[in-house]
Amino acid sequence: MSVARFWRQQVQRYNLVGNHCRNCDEYYYPPRTTCPFCRRNGEMEEHKFSGKGELVTYTIIHSAAEGFEHQTPYVLGIVKLEEGPRLTSQIIAQPEDVNIGMKVRSVFRKLGESGDKGMLHYGTKFTPA
Amino acid sequence: MSVGIVSYGTYIPKYRIKVEDIAKVWGDNADILSAGLMVNEKSVPDLDEDTVTIAVEAARAAICRSSLDPSRIGAIYTGSESHPYAVKPTSTIVAEAVEATPEMTAADFEFACKAGSAGMQACMGLVQSGMADLGLAIGSDVSQGAPGDALEYTAAAGGAAYIIGNKEEEMVAIIEDTYSFTTDTPDFWRREGMPYPEHGGRFTGEPGYFKHVLGAARGLMNKLGTSAEDYDYAVFHQPNGKFPSRVAKMLGFSKEKIAPGLVVTRLGNTYSGSCLMGIAATLDQAKPGDRIFATAFGSGAGADAFSFRVTDKIDKIRDKAPKVEELLANPVYMDYAMYAKHKGKIKRS
Amino acid sequence: MRDVAIIGSYTTKFGEMWERSFRDIVVEAGVGALEDAGVGGESIDSMFVGNMSGGQFVEQEHIGALIADYSGLAAGLHVPSTRVEAACASGGLAFRQGIQSVASGYNDIVVAAGVEKMTDVSSVGASSALAAAADREWEGMMGATFPGLYAMIARMHMQQYGTTSEQLAQVAVKNHKNGTNNPIAQYRNNITVDKVLNSIMVADPLHIFDCSPITDGAAALVLAPAEEAHKYTDTPIYVKGSGQASDTIALHDRRDITTLDASVYAAKRAYEMAGIGPDDIDVAEVHDCFTIAEICAIEDLGFVKKGQGGRFVEDGNTAIGGKIPVNTSGGLKACGHPVGATGIKQAAEIVNQLRGEAGKRQVEGAEIGLAHNVGGSGATALVHILGRER
Repeated sequence: MSVARFWRQQVQRYNLVGNHCRNCDEYYYPPRTTCPFCRRNGEMEEHKFSGKGELVTYTIIHSAAEGFEHQTPYVLGIVKLEEGPRLTSQIIAQPEDVNIGMKVRSVFRKLGESGDKGMLHYGTKFTPA
Repeated sequence: MSVGIVSYGTYIPKYRIKVEDIAKVWGDNADILSAGLMVNEKSVPDLDEDTVTIAVEAARAAICRSSLDPSRIGAIYTGSESHPYAVKPTSTIVAEAVEATPEMTAADFEFACKAGSAGMQACMGLVQSGMADLGLAIGSDVSQGAPGDALEYTAAAGGAAYIIGNKEEEMVAIIEDTYSFTTDTPDFWRREGMPYPEHGGRFTGEPGYFKHVLGAARGLMNKLGTSAEDYDYAVFHQPNGKFPSRVAKMLGFSKEKIAPGLVVTRLGNTYSGSCLMGIAATLDQAKPGDRIFATAFGSGAGADAFSFRVTDKIDKIRDKAPKVEELLANPVYMDYAMYAKHKGKIKRS
Repeated sequence: MRDVAIIGSYTTKFGEMWERSFRDIVVEAGVGALEDAGVGGESIDSMFVGNMSGGQFVEQEHIGALIADYSGLAAGLHVPSTRVEAACASGGLAFRQGIQSVASGYNDIVVAAGVEKMTDVSSVGASSALAAAADREWEGMMGATFPGLYAMIARMHMQQYGTTSEQLAQVAVKNHKNGTNNPIAQYRNNITVDKVLNSIMVADPLHIFDCSPITDGAAALVLAPAEEAHKYTDTPIYVKGSGQASDTIALHDRRDITTLDASVYAAKRAYEMAGIGPDDIDVAEVHDCFTIAEICAIEDLGFVKKGQGGRFVEDGNTAIGGKIPVNTSGGLKACGHPVGATGIKQAAEIVNQLRGEAGKRQVEGAEIGLAHNVGGSGATALVHILGRER
């Protein structure tokens, strides 16, 4: 993850800032510039999400993604934010305590790092509410 | 001309390790240790927690508690001895995460366990001089103790954040005054690049902790013309339970007065967050009109003493964010192997 | 727009091929297909090559030119060569690009190939390269892996429809059984449901045996205008339908997490072009990157109702001899999944079936076959329908 690429989305990651289309009233997170329904007719504005949501589905990852090796087994899930959009996040919970439909809330955690000498990456994860 | 605490927030990771599980590994006597240190267990950060994440959670709790507009924050100072970057401030990450940027100043502080209180003093100055509307001072640490060293039993993780302001309608505790006592005393240190701190053993006691805490505490009480009877509560830096208990006695504070703030028994020493956590735990239950005496200590060495008077505004905001007792409740225990993994004590490459 | 036929086809052995390089395997596939078609290099008007990640696997981009060069088609003949990428659907997309270039009249003889050399990097390196098929910023950064994404689909499918781990395992068992009869398959051993369920968990609920392997391999097809196909072969296989569709790159943005809308739309478009429906398909190669993917595929392609896929497999409907034999090649699971090559290999297997050359895997009387190729967790899908008759 390059420095500039991460920095560009820092605020969106730290503070769960996505978009709302004033034209069709849909909410989007992760952020995007073009409304998928309205396209050029859309009027996208920034929107900060509450961080409250519900777990739609999840898995327990035993064979980790690069950089996550020391965290296995970890829970990865799809969260539906109360405003509507869904996102993918690690779920901070014991695997046996996780179930579809559980209420979750956002927390500020470290996402990873670019090696021992590189940048630290912070962002939002979710935990049972 | 007054200045005070407008809000406060804390964060404690949910994991703990018991003194007996550490003692098992090194062949120490857990009962004697627990009794001697007056510490039974300490907090352990999750694999994805560090000084920055803890500082952010504490700061967010403070802002949430008071529903303050974060753009009013004119300064953020995070004090820690475990900042994840040696160069690149924790405070700017916090600033972005609480939406206080860009019209503000920031810097990171280091003064062992009193880096957080030093930040509070700096904020007091900025607010009183009119240079800032609100100041945010945070003490946050994921402190390390060398494997097998005495400090390993107490070095814990946690943080507390204080928003300092001077509008009468906003202050929940007025800071009546502050007084510091500082000398160059090498009781505890960590060289650049070294993973664990060094300490002077018994030297950290009298020439370190006691000389400076007493110096600052007595200095403040002289200046204000107060004594222990004038206070309802007292909070001291808590490297263990013994030191604050002894210094409280020396200053004339009863066990009852220091009890609410003495969280170290169940938490360990959160270093820059230590005294600040105790103050928060006290504010969680203090009533309007109560007076709180606090003295933070940092090795190197220095102590910052504060005299607080709680206002009636505390009742409005106290319940709006998690209390220290709530964060101490329902801990999840781990064994030494998991603890070592979490604290990066296992050499992986 | 004219009809297109496949006049030649070749698939290399699939597996861990330590002695053979990226260049070796793709040249073998191309030469093999040309020989099968009885066509010389000088007749090739254009080449389309599917390759997902030459850059990350062998530090090589500019794949189109590289392959033309090493096939001997660049220096003298200067054959136009295009590398096509759609993650694991690169092969299917290369096939479609080739079809369109012949159908449009732009080209007459076209080679559509696919190749991936995945074992020159470590398994961590391979997983990392594959993760680029997902949303790097919003899935990869969060710790998502491909097994993890499909595992989330599986869990939801199980929750909503009662699909079981045993049903997922049966997909793997069937595909391994088919693989035992496929000389080029990476795995030619039979496995049991117990073996699958007791194997190491990769991303709950997917076990290692629910996941397709890391594979080296290449495949190629030679395409020609249908009306000229008989000049080259007695068994031309005709492209009856081709469909392509995109969907959101991230799984969390899908309309319905257990439905790959890209597959549904690509299939609809292919069926419409061919003028047929799912019931007319005699044999199908579908994208079983994970066992759950095959279950979703047979639902999305219309072979069975949404949610009934597990039961359908359990009842033996997708075995050879069943209602709709699926993945006679062994699928991605047993035959192997050299990412860029899979889409071409799938078409090549349908060609085998329709020519009656599938040996012990033969589906009796197969007249119409379908190949289904997916990219990532479903952001791209290609469906091709092939037939013995024009």
